[in-house]
Amino acid sequence: MSYSAPNDSGSLYPDAPAAMRVTNLSFSYGTRLVLEGVTMPITQKHVTAIIGPSGCGKSTFIKSLNRIGELETQVQVKGKVEFFGQDIYSPKVNINRLRRQIGMVFQKPNPFTMSIYDNVAYGVRVSGSLPKRALDEVVESALVGAALWDEVKDYLSKSALGLSGGQQQRLCIARALAIKPKVLLMDEPCSALDPIATRKIEELIHSLRSELTIAIVTHNMQQAARISDYTAFFSTDESQIGQMVEFGTTTQIFKEAIDTRTQDYVEGRFG
Amino acid sequence: MQTTSETNLSLAEDLQADLPIKRQLFSYGMTAIALLLTALALLPLFSILFSIVQQGLPQLSWQTFTTLPSPTGSVGEPDGFGNAIIGTAVMVGMASLISIPVGIMTAIFLAEFSQGSAIAGFVRFVVTILSGVPSIVVGVFAYGVIVLATKEFSALAGSFALAVVMLPIVVLSTESALLLVPTAQKLASAGLGASRFQTTFRVVLASALPGIMTGILLAIARAAGETAPLIFTALFSTSWFDNLLSPTSSLSVLIYNYISLKVLLKNIIWLGQRLWCCSV
Repeated sequence: MSYSAPNDSGSLYPDAPAAMRVTNLSFSYGTRLVLEGVTMPITQKHVTAIIGPSGCGKSTFIKSLNRIGELETQVQVKGKVEFFGQDIYSPKVNINRLRRQIGMVFQKPNPFTMSIYDNVAYGVRVSGSLPKRALDEVVESALVGAALWDEVKDYLSKSALGLSGGQQQRLCIARALAIKPKVLLMDEPCSALDPIATRKIEELIHSLRSELTIAIVTHNMQQAARISDYTAFFSTDESQIGQMVEFGTTTQIFKEAIDTRTQDYVEGRFG
Repeated sequence: MQTTSETNLSLAEDLQADLPIKRQLFSYGMTAIALLLTALALLPLFSILFSIVQQGLPQLSWQTFTTLPSPTGSVGEPDGFGNAIIGTAVMVGMASLISIPVGIMTAIFLAEFSQGSAIAGFVRFVVTILSGVPSIVVGVFAYGVIVLATKEFSALAGSFALAVVMLPIVVLSTESALLLVPTAQKLASAGLGASRFQTTFRVVLASALPGIMTGILLAIARAAGETAPLIFTALFSTSWFDNLLSPTSSLSVLIYNYISLKVLLKNIIWLGQRLWCCSV
């Protein structure tokens, strides 16, 4: 990869302001505890990678950050997740408004069965109406932002399902960008993509970093090393409950990890 | 080299050899049975189509669709069933107006909003039972509810009966179409800040539309062909459709009337012959 390491200075960590701050978070599906005692920040306008072996709760964790996990099953959450100081699990929070601020890109590209234009405009339309011209501008700038505009500008009214997997995933990113979230959560966004499409997404993440706070789950350690400023390593304990083992700048985690489990994982000795 | 070419030769022989004779016979036998049974299944369909075309085509004219039935026994007068076509269209249309919105909303409740609650289980159970109720019972029910109350056989009562017949078909087919919409689509919508209501109406219904349309067409076809629910409700009429509160003709009851008239005439002739024989 050609881009420079953004994380030479270890001093970034304590000073940079956090967009989100997770304190002692525990998460259960029904009665089964899957994640325990996570404390970490998601630093503003930086990329935070979450790595770890399968089943360590990293997807569960990222889905708890915009409360999307609770749509699929009954969940119980303990601890605190703050978004610019606001507790997102407070009963007063309108979760639809919350999810507009904290966008999400999923593991598999999941465009709607609509035209490319309608896909990008969807988030704007559900939150209120815009005049046609303003909407056109939002759609264009979102597609430009997701590095997809040049490829689709002549096919905006064609079905999004005709795009390739990588294009669909960038469309999903454009769709999330269109409503101008403050934080973008990405749950293994490249796991269904080939290396070239993956590279495009990584370059995209790199270019978005200056504007946006990004948290990305990945099972690809090289990817985490390439694109992230901070890394959190998750693992399971003896009773298969996920936990955060170590958090630090990406350089720290990959070069001078304190915990032996982190060292073993990043050096490929297990997982 | 020698061994390689030998292996290739025997491989070629193996690839080109026939299957054992037992398996060949079995394969031909099964093909024959499948063809035979397919032909048997298609026989009634083609007999019906053949007799409709053979007997119907010579009678078919523009007049058939635009005039009233001629009085029984009259010869040479314009004959048709335009009133029955309009009656069926009006009643099926009214039944669709009632059953499609109610049915789709019920299905949305069951598939999207109920979250597997006990009420949803009960509603699904009741709808499934309703789909199994014989249509004649639905006719008697509509008779009791509307005809007795308004003291008049009417298109309204017929539409109501047909709506009851259509409702479970619409609900069950729409629910299964909605359940086929991938969760990923719902999550994507929720992730963009859409409420559950917006997700259902903008994403889920749009994705499920082809399946829902199939269910609606099935329900309409079923209702258009029903006779039993109409006999006690819309009754029949030999004049044009007048208003929703008067007896109305329909294609299915027209067929029923014609065929029962024919059977009746045959019986009278048979009886007459018997009496004549006896008297002789």
